[in-house]
Amino acid sequence: MNAGTDEPPALRTPASPGEMFRVFTRMALQGFGGVLPVTQRELVERQRWLSPQQFVEMLSLAQVLPGPNVVNLALMIGDRFFGTRGAAAAMAGLLAAPLVVVIALAVLALQLQAHPWAAGALKGMGVVSAGLVIATASKLAGSLRSNPLGLPLCVGAALLALAAIGVLRWPLVGVVLALGATSTALAWWKLGR
Amino acid sequence: MGSLATTWLTGPLGLGAADWLQLLLHFTLLSLLAVGGAITTAPDMQRFVVAERGWMSSADFTSSVALAQAAPGPNVLFVAVIGFNVGGLAGVVATMVGTLLPSTLLTLSVTRWGAKHSQARLLRAFNAGMAPLTLGLLLATGWVLLEPHVAGAPLTVALAAAATVAFIRWTRLSPLWAVLTGAVAGAAGWLD
Repeated sequence: MNAGTDEPPALRTPASPGEMFRVFTRMALQGFGGVLPVTQRELVERQRWLSPQQFVEMLSLAQVLPGPNVVNLALMIGDRFFGTRGAAAAMAGLLAAPLVVVIALAVLALQLQAHPWAAGALKGMGVVSAGLVIATASKLAGSLRSNPLGLPLCVGAALLALAAIGVLRWPLVGVVLALGATSTALAWWKLGR
Repeated sequence: MGSLATTWLTGPLGLGAADWLQLLLHFTLLSLLAVGGAITTAPDMQRFVVAERGWMSSADFTSSVALAQAAPGPNVLFVAVIGFNVGGLAGVVATMVGTLLPSTLLTLSVTRWGAKHSQARLLRAFNAGMAPLTLGLLLATGWVLLEPHVAGAPLTVALAAAATVAFIRWTRLSPLWAVLTGAVAGAAGWLD
């Protein structure tokens, strides 16, 4: 736990849960297409609340846990400095202002949906949204090469999940429990060898 | 004016108590399954609100996700738009509380139990084991979002989706530009 030589000289502690709320609000409102890319710059470089190592450790745990990754990260950082009050402030900062914006957009869309151009615009945005999700998948695909399961097993598990959920439309519970348990057990075995 | 206010508060469908409970419980269950982020549970949300309950069309479901992508903030807010379109502001509360409460309690418990165990073999195995599942679920989500629009103009829609993937992979520009371009192309009727 000793400070490494590459650790930035002066980490700062946020003054209050109120300051956490404001910083997380600002980050959330900058984040189009996801807030996670903004967090490192703001929390590590600008606010200096966390060292790069601390950030990476917290992020990897936030990504393993279920739930939105950036919300988990906010909870962990808030809790680290101010306990439950900090966690609540960070999470509220992340969600409150964007929630108002997105609901206002939803209301606007409801008002405009009778116009053919508005319906067309929503359709175009929907197709792009699907593309954005597929792009996220393609970024993740590259990281599977270093997965302890090995590439053939990874491709097999990914195809099974795609077929069960995307094509057969089976309920997610059974698929994640059965496939996830098998896949995790195989990874456990491979890691132990 | 009165009916408009009701639509905003509890949605256009006149859901009963049992419906609200099921909405809350379904999203609560999905919260704990969202290992690869909330968006990986979108196919199951769609299965529940579109196919099983008939609360919205599959095209409206895709539009809900698209609106959230066009707005700033965490991606999980697509859940709030779905909640709003099903059950107004009460729907927002039901879906967001369901989606966030279980994962929040779990995250806080694990954080306090100790992030120092994060290199334990079981956690590494879980991480490695879930990665290919997340990939498959993301591809399924992409397909589920695309499906309602494929029938009209399959080639153009496939090209637009592929162009989006290329835009994200090969440029450093904000995804907002892709969403805005899609909106303009759609409004001009190029995807019909």
